[in-house]
Amino acid sequence: MKSAIVVFPGSNREQDARAALKQASGRDPAMVWHRDSELPDVDLILIPGGFSYGDYLRCGAMAAHSPVMREVAARAQKGVAVLGVCNGFQVLTEAGLLPGVLLRNASLKFTCRNVTLKVENSQTLFTSGYAAGQTLSVPVAHGDGNYFAEESTLDRLEQRGQIAFRYDGDSNPNGSARNIAGIFNDAKNVLGMMPHPENAIDPLQGSTDGRALFTGLVQALS
Amino acid sequence: MKAKVHITLKTGVLDPQGRAIQHALGSLGFANVADVRQGKYIELDLQETDQARAREVVDAMCKKLLANTVIENYSVEIG
Repeated sequence: MKSAIVVFPGSNREQDARAALKQASGRDPAMVWHRDSELPDVDLILIPGGFSYGDYLRCGAMAAHSPVMREVAARAQKGVAVLGVCNGFQVLTEAGLLPGVLLRNASLKFTCRNVTLKVENSQTLFTSGYAAGQTLSVPVAHGDGNYFAEESTLDRLEQRGQIAFRYDGDSNPNGSARNIAGIFNDAKNVLGMMPHPENAIDPLQGSTDGRALFTGLVQALS
Repeated sequence: MKAKVHITLKTGVLDPQGRAIQHALGSLGFANVADVRQGKYIELDLQETDQARAREVVDAMCKKLLANTVIENYSVEIG
């Protein structure tokens, strides 16, 4: 599986994502600067966490209009797998590749801790390494992770199995609607999620539950 | 030509920052505040002389970047 990681000014988890992809695939992903309008031929594009453009105007708003994002959108249309983590999720919603929006956390606090996620749909490229209903311990680190969409959109996401992960029990760190932690697009080749699976791949991080997301992808895409 | 854009949250969208401002006002002794909603104000200096064209352009800017129309409304004042 060949992958590329898009890097914006202010991205800060691209090296973590790189380590996770290298560990799972044995290949070093291509690091693509946001000003490049070209992307190498890859099976997976990852948009990492951070504070692209300092979160100015709105989180991910300006990054969504970077030259590289036009090509990311074109690849997503062709069925290439795209994974947006945290700021990456925000970028994908601003770019219109995923519905809804990420609002300021209801508590107004930047929350940085491990949460319990429940895998809602294990029948996809991204979640094939998990069992349906499996719970995972994964860290979050965000101030704007409160997922919001109109009721009709949320209903449609539910009906079409587009909810990837939910915060389990009383684990919801940001007030997101229906405890949504991550969603797929219609075709399920694009996943956006607020928690950081790339920071749960080594015992030293307190959890290795993130590994199966990446190894599952490698299996599905190789 | 100046364009003044006000961006506000749609009704029903949670505004915890507005709530925080309300509480802070309360602590300062301003008790009769029923609700607070906060938004953004953006001023643009356009190299455009035609009012209608300016309005059209700023409207496009709002739809494309300045406002997220899932959660925000915008109003534009030209001149």
